[in-house]
Amino acid sequence: MTWAERWATIQPWLPQLWEGTLVTLELVGLAVLIGLILAIPLGLGRASRHWYIRAVPYSYIFFFRGTPLILQLFLVYYGLSQFEVVRDSMFWPYLREPYWCALITMTLHTAAYIAEILRGAIQAVPPGEVEAARALGMSRSQALQYIILPRAIRIGLPAYGNEVILMLKASAVVYTVTLMDLMGVVRTINSRTYQFELFFLVAGLIYLTITILFTQLFKLVEHWLKVEASRKR
Amino acid sequence: MTPPALEVRDLHKRYGDLEVLKGVDLTARDGDVISILGSSGSGKSTLLRCINLLENPHKGQIVVAGEEMKLKPGRDGALVAADNKQINRLRANIGFVFQSFNLWPHMSILDNIIEAPRRVLGQRKADAVAAAELFLEKVGIADKRHAFPAQLSGGQQQRAAIARTLAMQPRVILFDEPTSALDPEMVQEVLNVIRALADEGRTMLLVTHEMGFARNVSSQVVFLHQGQVEEIGTPEQVFDNPVSERCKQFMSSHR
Repeated sequence: MTWAERWATIQPWLPQLWEGTLVTLELVGLAVLIGLILAIPLGLGRASRHWYIRAVPYSYIFFFRGTPLILQLFLVYYGLSQFEVVRDSMFWPYLREPYWCALITMTLHTAAYIAEILRGAIQAVPPGEVEAARALGMSRSQALQYIILPRAIRIGLPAYGNEVILMLKASAVVYTVTLMDLMGVVRTINSRTYQFELFFLVAGLIYLTITILFTQLFKLVEHWLKVEASRKR
Repeated sequence: MTPPALEVRDLHKRYGDLEVLKGVDLTARDGDVISILGSSGSGKSTLLRCINLLENPHKGQIVVAGEEMKLKPGRDGALVAADNKQINRLRANIGFVFQSFNLWPHMSILDNIIEAPRRVLGQRKADAVAAAELFLEKVGIADKRHAFPAQLSGGQQQRAAIARTLAMQPRVILFDEPTSALDPEMVQEVLNVIRALADEGRTMLLVTHEMGFARNVSSQVVFLHQGQVEEIGTPEQVFDNPVSERCKQFMSSHR
């Protein structure tokens, strides 16, 4: 096949590929943002001094880090519908949709990882900086809000960026619940054209491009938060 | 008679079975500059850190400008703050300058200084900035206000940390070996700032190894040995005519 022929094969499918890319971007984007919000109480709980506060996020994180994403996805998509309570509930219109199942699973999954990143970052804030805040009269919660969290965000940002890229690639499993993300679209195209290596290559290039975009985005955020300037020499 | 700026009574502190402070009494009246000397392990830094409860003492009283710090026994037997509002208010009134500066590296120098006055004292930003600029001027780094801590030398960082403490207008300032983490050529610039504060009549407690400076700047010198006040008096008394054997030894080996 010449390059012209390859392009001619791909071109008719561009709209579908674009749609699939958007679904992937939307799923990953929402999951890592909502996951971040969920991770803040989880991560704070994990860093607590009291064991009974640590225990709840610990169990959550233990489950979601200890089992494969695809299994969690199947549990939500196939498992929840087994319960009549769920089918009768107001959430059923959402929980029967593969899109919502995928979004919920990915969010809960990544929240566990982000919570661990946040806990590590909170514990990496030098104790002296927290002492300085307390010595100036800040309460525990003021020190947390104004000093510890802003510091921890800068410490944990590179690891969070890494998690976003991991989620991008992990999101490829959602096609298994009939969702038309990038992977789902490519598999559909393959079943029509039988041009497996060509379209898998295209999908690979699109994933790579998104990774580059995410990396650049995080560089911008690091620049904006002045992460470099706040690093100790 | 106005109550002393700071009073410490019968302060005890131990780590496990090791008794670090064995009943220390100390009174700082307004304008006093008290240097605390002693060999390493004598409990100097622990004493300072107990005064604003960065460490929890096991027994004793701390009175700031006539107001006694409310303490209660914690789970491990050490005393903890019984009233969170009170301890935060008293801490705001007791400045603390650390050996390792402990500036917040993600904020500019100016933001480091205005953070606590805004959050703790509720100052408006413009007022806090105006005050901060005066303090930066006073410690001689007004030109560095938009720099980040990592861009400053150790001496400049410590001066910024002093400005951050001054911005709270504390009644007493505790200096915990403020020049020990500095390169020799930067020690003097920090000592000059501390001397200027002493000349202003500020009340200060100073743990230091700079003997010449302590002698020069202090109104009172305390020699701590194995967690107890071994000798206390004017610089002349303690440096030139110490009574205790330990203090004599210490002074002769630090000349």
